[in-house]
Amino acid sequence: MKRKVLLWLSLALMMASLYLVFIYVPTEKEMGIIQRIFYLMVPMGWLALLAFLIVFIGSILYLVKRTSKWDTLAYCSAEIGIVFTTLTLITGSIWAKPVWGVWWTWDEPRLTSTLILWFIYLAYLIVRSFAIEESRGAVFAAIVGIVGFVDLPIVALATTLWRGMHPGPLIFQGGLAPSMLLTLLVSISAFTSLYILLLIQRVSMKNDEMELSTLKRLSS
Amino acid sequence: MNFWSKVLTIAWKDALSEIRTREIIFSVLVFTLLVIVIFNFAFSANQQMIELVAPGILWVTFAFAGVLSLNRSFIMEKEQACLDGLMMCPVSREVIYVGKMLASLLFMLVIEAIALPGFAFLFNLAVLSPQLIAITVSTTIGFVAVGTLFSALAVNTKAREMVLPILFFPITVPIIISAVQASKLALAGEPWTKLSPWLQIIGTFDIIFLAVSFLVFAFIIEE
Repeated sequence: MKRKVLLWLSLALMMASLYLVFIYVPTEKEMGIIQRIFYLMVPMGWLALLAFLIVFIGSILYLVKRTSKWDTLAYCSAEIGIVFTTLTLITGSIWAKPVWGVWWTWDEPRLTSTLILWFIYLAYLIVRSFAIEESRGAVFAAIVGIVGFVDLPIVALATTLWRGMHPGPLIFQGGLAPSMLLTLLVSISAFTSLYILLLIQRVSMKNDEMELSTLKRLSS
Repeated sequence: MNFWSKVLTIAWKDALSEIRTREIIFSVLVFTLLVIVIFNFAFSANQQMIELVAPGILWVTFAFAGVLSLNRSFIMEKEQACLDGLMMCPVSREVIYVGKMLASLLFMLVIEAIALPGFAFLFNLAVLSPQLIAITVSTTIGFVAVGTLFSALAVNTKAREMVLPILFFPITVPIIISAVQASKLALAGEPWTKLSPWLQIIGTFDIIFLAVSFLVFAFIIEE
């Protein structure tokens, strides 16, 4: 029931944000049509951060309480997070090509930090798959989930300072117009609702997987 | 025994076994010098070029050396089940972490103390300034703070030594960036004030990750 509601809510919000992004919002005058990708990239980047915050919280609770539901939550959230980090990187390069003439620029600290973010959570998934027993893999992953998230502000600080000598490319001078802000907010809420839906779905799948493997073990 | 004397006992155990086997310092040192020589070919070095890329070469080399020697730190314990013995000691897990971390710090600093003059000699650079020593020591503390934690983690996985670099490099990116930038400034003879933002990042990283690693280490080697 809850999932049904979320599904329709996500769908409605997605449709609304598509309408706003492609039809309603005026084209930005400096960058032209490509600027519309902003309304997808920012929500996806935000979603990746939200997902990794959930990984962080889930990891701490797992280490403290040792109930597998927290580990499941962290793991599923990490999977969704890495998908959206990948999408942020891809849309980021599609943005970079027409605006700066290159697919990748190290001058943009957000792009660099996102790449490091991607590597950290890739390591999170790798560590888990290399563990000898599943329960230890969960503990190891939880530690990476905590250390990785604590590292993020320092990564952001260092990459910003690294290219801070020459002024970075400004995306918006003088803030967002109201119509742009509205589009962005609707898009963010659409993606957030999608994230919650995906997370609930993935957690219940993971629980079924675990139940199946217990049953298999018992029957053999 | 109090906390620190227990810690020093564990660190001394590592130092003693290093003195007897010469497993880590000697081999990592040879590796370090080889990497420096290889880099020299990679950039077909003339002096101008070297001055440009030297800080990068230095820190890539030290980061590799760090991974190599930190890996050894716990693989050594895993062989012949030394880790089980260590865990049976009537000391807390935190003592083991700090002891192993101090031993790794000592090894890394010895390696760097020999490699830095070698680096200066081979590349004709004035490397030995107080600034550069401060950068090296503080960055190495950051390396061993997370490295010891991840080394203990990696050795308990199937892929063992493959796991450490995958964890170590992304997490240490901020201090590698800072160390390279600060070294660049130090080699150019800039004063301390120019270096201070970078040193602050390294210092913050050190404090945060010493604390975090100290808190979570016990979860890794429980059995």
